[in-house]
Amino acid sequence: MARKLTFRQAVNEALRQEMRRDPTVILLGEDIAGGKGSPGEQDAWGGDMGITKGLIGEFGERRVIDTPISESAFIGAAVGAATSGLRPVAELMFVDFMGVCFDQIFNQAAKFRYMFGGKAKTPVVIRTQMGAGYRAAAQHSQCLYPLFTHIPGLKCVVPSGAYDCKGLLTQAIRDDDPVIFFEHKLLYDVAEDVPEEQYTIPFGEANVVREGNDVTIVALARMVSFAKTAAETLAKEGIDCEVIDPRTTSPLDLDTILESVRRTGRLVVVDEAHPRCNMAADIAAQVAEQAFGALRAPPRMVTAPHTPVPFSPSLEDLFVPSPEKIATAVREARAYKA
Amino acid sequence: MQINRTELLEAYRKMRTIRVFEERVHEEFATGQMPGFVHLYAGEEASAVGVCLNLSDDDKICSTHRGHGHCIAKGCDVPGMMLELYGRRDGLCGGKGGSMHIADLSKGMMGANAIVGGGPPLACGAALAAKTLGTGKVAVTFTGDGGSNQGTTFESMNFASVLKLPVVFVFENNGYAETTGSSWSVACGDIVNRAPAFAMPGVMVDGHDFFAVHEAASEAIARARAGEGPTLIEVKVDRYFGHHEGDSEKYRAPGEVAKLRAEKDCLKRFRKRVTEAGLLQAGELDAIDRDVGALIDRSVKAALAAPMPTAADLMTDVYISY
Amino acid sequence: MNPSIRAVTVPKWGMAMSEGKVTRWLVAEGAAVGPGVEIVDVESTKIASAIEAPVVGVLRRRVATEGATLPVGGLLGVIADASVADADLDAFVAGFKVEAVAADDGAGAPAPTYVEVGGNRLRYLAMGDGGIPVVLIHGFGGDLENWLFNQPALAASRRAIALDLPGHGGSSKAVGAGDVATLAAAVAGLLVALDVGKAHLVGHSLGGAVAARVAIDHPEAAAALSLIASAGLGPEIDGAYLQEFIAAGRRRELGAALGKLFADPALVTGDMINNVLKSKRLDGATEALTAIAVGSFPGGRQAWVMRDRLAGLTIPVQAIFGAEDRIIPTAHAAGLPSHIIAGAGHMVHMEKAAEVNRLIGGLV
Repeated sequence: MARKLTFRQAVNEALRQEMRRDPTVILLGEDIAGGKGSPGEQDAWGGDMGITKGLIGEFGERRVIDTPISESAFIGAAVGAATSGLRPVAELMFVDFMGVCFDQIFNQAAKFRYMFGGKAKTPVVIRTQMGAGYRAAAQHSQCLYPLFTHIPGLKCVVPSGAYDCKGLLTQAIRDDDPVIFFEHKLLYDVAEDVPEEQYTIPFGEANVVREGNDVTIVALARMVSFAKTAAETLAKEGIDCEVIDPRTTSPLDLDTILESVRRTGRLVVVDEAHPRCNMAADIAAQVAEQAFGALRAPPRMVTAPHTPVPFSPSLEDLFVPSPEKIATAVREARAYKA
Repeated sequence: MQINRTELLEAYRKMRTIRVFEERVHEEFATGQMPGFVHLYAGEEASAVGVCLNLSDDDKICSTHRGHGHCIAKGCDVPGMMLELYGRRDGLCGGKGGSMHIADLSKGMMGANAIVGGGPPLACGAALAAKTLGTGKVAVTFTGDGGSNQGTTFESMNFASVLKLPVVFVFENNGYAETTGSSWSVACGDIVNRAPAFAMPGVMVDGHDFFAVHEAASEAIARARAGEGPTLIEVKVDRYFGHHEGDSEKYRAPGEVAKLRAEKDCLKRFRKRVTEAGLLQAGELDAIDRDVGALIDRSVKAALAAPMPTAADLMTDVYISY
Repeated sequence: MNPSIRAVTVPKWGMAMSEGKVTRWLVAEGAAVGPGVEIVDVESTKIASAIEAPVVGVLRRRVATEGATLPVGGLLGVIADASVADADLDAFVAGFKVEAVAADDGAGAPAPTYVEVGGNRLRYLAMGDGGIPVVLIHGFGGDLENWLFNQPALAASRRAIALDLPGHGGSSKAVGAGDVATLAAAVAGLLVALDVGKAHLVGHSLGGAVAARVAIDHPEAAAALSLIASAGLGPEIDGAYLQEFIAAGRRRELGAALGKLFADPALVTGDMINNVLKSKRLDGATEALTAIAVGSFPGGRQAWVMRDRLAGLTIPVQAIFGAEDRIIPTAHAAGLPSHIIAGAGHMVHMEKAAEVNRLIGGLV
């Protein structure tokens, strides 16, 4: 039965149901219960965003493990445990903290299968929150999925809503490859219809959020709702946009994007990540290479600027792509004359 | 802990295999036919074998860039390793890993590791799995004196201690991190001095003495299996070769290696002790020496004749499904 | 207000529909129209369909322009007698207000609910009251939303219940042997649990065989039987389609499979594909469909043909097929009171909803 769940509740439910189904699933991370070794309540936080609240009550300390602030150790332990019979889901509180544990992800987990000649299986999930808009500034607000997407051996998931979130996270846990699961912190309170039952959404299949014939807008995570807003505005102007949410950046469903661009001839990619070597650049380049003849305007990229995420609200609001910026890019793509 | 005859023969065979393997790789590498670069373990054999003789295939080890000895001690296929060093298709890792990434998870060998300090977090994970699943298995991570100074290592020791994980941290201190002396780079002198800071027992052993290593490891592993948490073992060893093949070794004292080979040889010491005690006959050991020599000879010949991977192999084994 | 002026408005097809787009006018202003005459094509994100004139009269005004998007309930056009004055029509159009139509989560919208039958949870959607109740049973891989063009129309004058068969939609995934008898027992249990009494059983495809089996096994539950593109009338079925449907895990593959169900594959929208995928991706759904394919259509043939037993029924029975059905041969309708509808495929009740609704409504 579908009922409204927030993105936050969808993560929690996906974890809870899969932990019930599969006793080898464990969680580890900083304060994911909260209160370990402290005089007050256990499960005081349920993670810094309350995502894992209540799970220690059902599954106990053996499977919901609060760790010291030692990202290398616990992310690496999750990786090692994944090679040894568990399906760990580690929470890296903010993706910005990858700097203190990246080796265990990109040199270890990502490469085991290849380096070991196809004989390793590393079913680890690293959940992490990302994204600007929380007034959390440069070290707590980045969208670093392009860095992970670059690494062969990792799968990268960037859900845009609660329904996709539950299905993709369930798939991530059941997947036998290492998966980095990016949760945009400004989506946590957004609700959608989510089935009570467990379900999986395959990786590498884009969701066509809105069908249209004039311009293809590809957007990720929080930018999907911005793209939809822009598309609604543009519809009133007679511009019919198709909005595509790739859902996973690795694997990337390029076929759906190409199919759309071959119809519309125009591409706008929206990416909250910094502009250089991000998904917008990657998708625009691949479309230019594979569908050059179909393009009737240069691909447009709507991204954050090449700056750290600023603190001041007035600056941060400028930093994040907006529906207005997306609409402007679409209008320009539509008006382009060679 | 008593070691029976079979185990003694096995220990000698493994140590001898490591020694001959490494000496031969040293020669073969010089011919220019072996790609990449290799870090040889010769001189440190008693450490790997003394520890791993206490482990089953279901116990896990994490190794270092100097990993051939750990692989052999843990039971990896020797001809498969030689194929791998030559980058051959049928190598232990399909020619995709090479010397620094040899692994065989079916033997509990979680990989040589080209990232210094890469192994300790992974070993904690294997130990966490053992503890969570209640298998009674343990994990051992081998780290050098260089890796002992990595943040990952410190984090892992604290993590293991806090969670009482069945893991043993073995530090093989051969005195050099590449060229840098451990007497300078390890602020507390001996690495074992760090154990109390992580609330775990620490023990230092002579790495040329198989029996000393075996006994220390045996106790630490028994503690881990009993749920009493991690132990630190510092094994004082010496390497007979440079950091990697081609290392001029100008940072070493003149005559240092010749002296080591003469005075600190775990194989000679082992042979002397077991024959004098009447535990094994010299003839039995000589027979092993001949077997091992033939095995390595065969392995090199087979590797040189074996096919290389092809373009079809480039794109496989990145993901299980993609 | 002149009571002879009648508004033609955007219908609400399914729970999630909030607006419709006018794609094409099919008749000119001034044309005589009436039930059975398609006057305008409207497209929602789910499906495109023609709208028939609700009453006899003259199409006096085409209010909505082609390409315009209107909310559900929005004014498409106006039908009135030729005698009605233009001024009255203008006043009607000017004064027309869209009634607030409950959105998908609105309090007034009918929502599916659940009933426990024999340890399994079955989902159903009930609308309307009175009359001889009609029970709508979807086909293989479908769900109660397949009736979105039929149930509201039928519910205008009777209780209309659409359900999800075991293994489908929001119902439990246990399907036992996956045979028609097992599914029919579940439906019969639901009818008892909901105290439906004697109902007009309407089944599509596999659901037709299930409806017939319920009528045969539980005569007390059946007032009439409408078999739409029905299974159970002969051994042939496109077994390859069943396998293709089961295997289709992705949008593109499923879209290709669903296209085979329609005379006009362009009717398959992204939303329709997504809704089917949502059901198919539930844990246990693929296993349930596989079990049903094995239990009901082993080797790509229909295991249960009840033609002989239908003859023994004393209730009204009709068969309705789309002339271009590519899944079950239209010839299976032979020997039954039957209606073969041109321009429609296997999903005849979606493609030619108004006609099918009239036939269902007219049987008893």
